[in-house]
Amino acid sequence: MSVPNDRAAGSVLSIRDLHVTVEADGAPREILKGVDLTVRAGETHAIMGPNGSGKSTLAYSVAGHPKYTVTSGTVTLDGADVLAMTVDERARAGLFLAMQYPVEVPGVSVSNFLRSAATAIRGEAPKLRLWVKEQKEAMARLDMDPDFATRSVNEGFSGGEKKRHEILQLELLRPKIAILDETDSGLDVDALRVVSEGVNRVRATGDTGVLLITHYTRILRYIQPDFVHVFIGGRIVEEGGRELADELETNGYTKYGAELAATRPPSTHSLPAGPIFGGTTTPA
Amino acid sequence: MASSTVPADASPRAIADVIATEREALRETGGITDGSIATNVKPSTPRSPADVRPERITSRDPDAFPAITGREEEWRFTPLNRVRPLLDGADSDARLQWKTELPDGVTLREVAADDALLQTVPTPVDRLSALAMSRAHGAVVVSVPAEAQLDEPVVLHLSGTGEADVVWAHVVLDFGAFSKATVVLEHTGDARYAACVSVLVGDGAQADVVSVQEWERTTLHSSHMGIRVGRDAKARSMDVTLGGDLVRLVKTVEYAGTGGDAELLGLYFADAAQHLEHRLFIDHAVPNCRSRVTYKGALQGDSAHTVWVGDVMIRAAATGTDTYELNRNLLLTPEARADSVPNLEIETGEIVGAGHASATGRFDDEQLFYLQARGIPADEARRMVVRGFFAEVLQQIGVPALEERLLAAVEAELERTSL
Repeated sequence: MSVPNDRAAGSVLSIRDLHVTVEADGAPREILKGVDLTVRAGETHAIMGPNGSGKSTLAYSVAGHPKYTVTSGTVTLDGADVLAMTVDERARAGLFLAMQYPVEVPGVSVSNFLRSAATAIRGEAPKLRLWVKEQKEAMARLDMDPDFATRSVNEGFSGGEKKRHEILQLELLRPKIAILDETDSGLDVDALRVVSEGVNRVRATGDTGVLLITHYTRILRYIQPDFVHVFIGGRIVEEGGRELADELETNGYTKYGAELAATRPPSTHSLPAGPIFGGTTTPA
Repeated sequence: MASSTVPADASPRAIADVIATEREALRETGGITDGSIATNVKPSTPRSPADVRPERITSRDPDAFPAITGREEEWRFTPLNRVRPLLDGADSDARLQWKTELPDGVTLREVAADDALLQTVPTPVDRLSALAMSRAHGAVVVSVPAEAQLDEPVVLHLSGTGEADVVWAHVVLDFGAFSKATVVLEHTGDARYAACVSVLVGDGAQADVVSVQEWERTTLHSSHMGIRVGRDAKARSMDVTLGGDLVRLVKTVEYAGTGGDAELLGLYFADAAQHLEHRLFIDHAVPNCRSRVTYKGALQGDSAHTVWVGDVMIRAAATGTDTYELNRNLLLTPEARADSVPNLEIETGEIVGAGHASATGRFDDEQLFYLQARGIPADEARRMVVRGFFAEVLQQIGVPALEERLLAAVEAELERTSL
């Protein structure tokens, strides 16, 4: 397949039959068992699922974390083979991952980090004066104290500060596709509102496709998804519009009992073969 | 890192418990090894931090020290075959080349061995430092007058000229009472250099001493820096060790009066086959003194070896002592080896605080992933992480031009590998 690399047409992240393993006790263990998903610029997709379903593995595999091995399937961004790229190449191609547990980098200031990232993503160093202003305004929109810029990246940050910092990067780096991995976890209502507003500002540009990974439905009251995918046992088992999120809020994941049972223990034999709700899951 | 505070009425036992708890906590957060030893290969015999060392010998007479076999606590990490040229070196006329920058008021003079000042300096602590002091046949004395407040650093450029003979030297840095000054010792070139550096910090003075080792890779350097901290004085000392084949720096701190404060900082970067050793002994023998130690090292390449030994003694008379020491090592490649040995001996529980932390970790792949996931190429991301690792120490030199230059030197070290 080939999609013209044209911003006007909107970027497309295309995941096809993705299988991913991790090394566990010296042997590879399959976590993703055939994921199909298409995210276009301007769309917001929520991926919901219980703990251990493989949601985060999907996020990190697309971003290129070395811990995960893709055994089959494809990931393309506007037709380009994402899996052939290094982690930094993926970011420069337009992928962004807001992490559930952002990493501390002692001795590297937030401002140095942000400018280095912006320089890498934009292909040239932003003019210092303009950049200072841009960073300051972006921080103000997220209710972040200006002193924040002088602190070491994520070091001693509260949970809320870490997530604001992730969304600050999202706003400054303006990716084609943003994957938000449990950005809502550990946030109080105020922080959740501020963070959600940041995500909504990015969505409003229409240039970014958002893949929102969450365990809870709470954040979907602030960020209204266009599509909801239920993720269990390393694959998407159901999908629909935002009404599916409401249904999950009421009933939880109990109706997926069979798949749930298959999620957890790494059993020695493989689980029921084949997709349960049909193979391709590309929303129209 | 966590700091530990021990109640004033704590018993030595209670303090040991605090330390043990802290170490436990550090270990759980990852990267911490046993407080006695931090290494990725061939761990040496573990010692409990409360272990009492064999009695320390100090003397100006080289023969007062027993012959070195390599089994002694203070020599067990040093490759004796490589330090032999110093140990077996003969008396010589060889000297390093001196270039000095002396701000107004600062004097430099050469004195003979019988000079009265030299009779008062801290005593050598091992055979090599005793040899250095006696064979220097005198000393170079740099004096900052009492109450002088220097805006510019005193800089002593010492460079080796490639002579095969051992250069024996004694340098005295004499900070007058209530003076405030920075002295930078810069070591470059090729040499076999054995030195004593006596740092005398007068009452109420603030003395910063920076010793930079940017030797060529063929150099052997051993030194004993003996720091005596006057009443209410503050001594800050920083070692920056990047070059040399084998560098072994011993530093001792003694307090001449109450209210003294010693801050020892260090930064080292060992490449393949380099042996860089830093040994500290802080002797708290008077009440109400403080000490802080922060040494950080990075290692890369085959047989890169660093040793850090931090001994702190709190004697029975040293009530109100406040001490904390930290050593962190970053292994950039798997074949490097970092030994890290903090020791704390406590003879009184009536102290403000005593603690230590030692951690040796590999390069953090998660940090690398995080930076790369923001588009930053791998080599630049590594530079950022290493720069960040050293920033805490490097930013405290207090001489901006030197900070810049050393940062560049650290980055040049990084370039040297295919990291």
